[in-house]
Amino acid sequence: MTSQTFTIDGREVPFEAGQTVMQAALTAGVFIPHLCYHPEFKPHGSCKLCTVMVNGRPATSCTLPAAAGMEVASNTPEILDKRRMLLQMLLVEGNHFCPSCEKSGQCKLQALGYELGVMTPHFTHFYPDRPVDASHHDVLLDFNRCILCELCIRASAEVDRKNVFALSGRGLKKHLIVNAESGRLADTDFALTDKAAQVCPVGVILPKRRGFAVPIGKRRFDEKPISAHVAEFAPVAPAKQGEGR
Amino acid sequence: MSFELETAAHPQNLKRVAIEPVSRVEGHGKVTLLLDDDNKVHQVRLHIVEFRGFERFIQGRPYWEVPVMVQRLCGICPVSHHLAASKALDMVIGATLTPTAEKLRRLMHYGQILQSHALHFFHLASPDLLFGFDADVAKRNIVGVIGAAPEVAKKGVLLRKYGQEIIRMTAGKRVHGTGSVPGGVNKALSIAERDLLLKDIYQMVAWSREAVGIIKGLFEKNLASYNEFGRFRAHSLSLVRADGAMDLYHGGLRARSADGKPLFDHFDYGRYWEVITEDVKPWSYMKFPFLNSLGPAEGWYRVGPLARMTNCDFIPTPLADKERIEFLAYDGGRPAGATLGYHWARMIEMLHAAENIKDLLHDDDILGTDLMSQGERQERGVGVIEAPRGTLIHHYRVNEDDLVIRANLIVSTTHNNQAMNEAIRQVARQHLDGREVTEALLNHIEVAIRCFDPCLSCATHALGRMPLEVTLEDAEGRVLDRKFKDGRGVRSAT
Repeated sequence: MTSQTFTIDGREVPFEAGQTVMQAALTAGVFIPHLCYHPEFKPHGSCKLCTVMVNGRPATSCTLPAAAGMEVASNTPEILDKRRMLLQMLLVEGNHFCPSCEKSGQCKLQALGYELGVMTPHFTHFYPDRPVDASHHDVLLDFNRCILCELCIRASAEVDRKNVFALSGRGLKKHLIVNAESGRLADTDFALTDKAAQVCPVGVILPKRRGFAVPIGKRRFDEKPISAHVAEFAPVAPAKQGEGR
Repeated sequence: MSFELETAAHPQNLKRVAIEPVSRVEGHGKVTLLLDDDNKVHQVRLHIVEFRGFERFIQGRPYWEVPVMVQRLCGICPVSHHLAASKALDMVIGATLTPTAEKLRRLMHYGQILQSHALHFFHLASPDLLFGFDADVAKRNIVGVIGAAPEVAKKGVLLRKYGQEIIRMTAGKRVHGTGSVPGGVNKALSIAERDLLLKDIYQMVAWSREAVGIIKGLFEKNLASYNEFGRFRAHSLSLVRADGAMDLYHGGLRARSADGKPLFDHFDYGRYWEVITEDVKPWSYMKFPFLNSLGPAEGWYRVGPLARMTNCDFIPTPLADKERIEFLAYDGGRPAGATLGYHWARMIEMLHAAENIKDLLHDDDILGTDLMSQGERQERGVGVIEAPRGTLIHHYRVNEDDLVIRANLIVSTTHNNQAMNEAIRQVARQHLDGREVTEALLNHIEVAIRCFDPCLSCATHALGRMPLEVTLEDAEGRVLDRKFKDGRGVRSAT
């Protein structure tokens, strides 16, 4: 039943009971930048990129239930500035070297950078020392690019039922780890076909020996910006689960 | 080992002149001269002042990332590194390229040769050649060429643009693309792209012939001075095809002595370390390779267009081969040993590249779909290619987890290190010894360096807008004179 509406930047958006602002917006074709949101997983609310102003108060649209008559502001100069700053902080916190990254052109962090006009890092790079884990035969883990969205953790736990990934440490030292005594991916039952291998929005979980197979011009975000992919991020019906990206 | 004019006996009592940075070359370098009170030259050195560290920081990275990462060494001829790394990694994954993949890589490479040679000759070298080595510095640049000879400049720009279009269509971008991957390529040409390139290729061949004519004409006009300028004897090294033909993409290593005698031939480059060793000297970040059989003192050599022209038995495209024969026979073959002969040889190679492009565009294999191959995995891979500036060696070891654990890159300019030092020492003897140092005379040193089209650090930089500062100091290090040119070419004295 679609009978109620709210507005985003003055545009009327219908919603179904139980939907979040993000879900309703994406269904209606209104793009809200996001990284930790994924149509097949429960809202997480950690990356904060989808923050909007509702009746003058900030809220993460991926966790906020839609309500009739809500007035949501998303693409205002103030909010866009905050989103840019969040991206800039993510870009200096890890080692994001787009020129040599095989996820370039298919990476949501990079695509959002272009979408929001983040053309410089702005802040001082942390240059953290994060060795890659290449122990698995089929999958490379490049922790340098992790943004702690926890999608792999959620996918491995909820869909694959393997609990391969976890977070460790606190605050600035928080980081992604592999749930094995040795800490190596090879010592888990992780497989390239796992859901967790498909959901990384950046270039951490990579199929080995396939990098740069897609030519420039044919990559996901080459032909149109991430905002034009809005329909792909809309909530999927249960029967269609597994196809979403 | 030591060479004449490399190290002064008593440097403390000499005044030092520095050309820093050397302009109209790729990368950052400087030349220092030590002169006594009578301006007699005692020491001349070309220093490479940058340290890049690529060999170290690709360690621990997955091998398939390497062709894309290492090409960032350079913004002028990244395709060379892209392809040399791909060739090395073909070996690591045991791949034998499909005809389509090899032809597309060759097309990319010839596009690269065309654009890089055009860039060097028209943008970087032609101001010296057209206006004279001691012409007004304000005029001696590409803007001056556009003003004085707009048709020449325009053809240079368009030749380069055409080469870059080929790179864009085969690699995805004009600079730093991703087209070549271990085991093949990631895209073929579409019919529309092929037709677009075909439309202009005959014009490019014609303009390349004209370019050969320009440098030939300059040699005719200045024969004695061009033949003698910075002249020195050297061995030469390059790849050649199995039948002895010039092949810029693949072949075996051939070295010839200064008098043309074979030192080795068709040597498998997969074992290059058996014939070449890199020496180090305390005053330069750039190594000094030498031929093992002759040792560090006698075994240095030159690479690049001049070496390739004299090393090959023939060029397998008719127009370029005709020019090669004329070049080798001209004035008793003296231009083939002259430092400025590099420019002539370079233009013949540009013609060769244009002819090759024409042939490849008529070959339907470049439209194919069979792009990738692989075979038995190896631990080590070596890729060698004749880059625009000369022989380029990439060597990697990859562990069982697919990570690079060791890398060695010997770039063209490194091979030419000693040769460039010899050239500038010769020019210092010929033109500077005992004379008052002027900007024009110092430019003679730079002219000699530019002949090699060096990529001093294989680095990207603001081409043509580099500041130049020349400082004259006395024996106590006091500045006696300083001339300065800022990034816009505005000169001042302080």
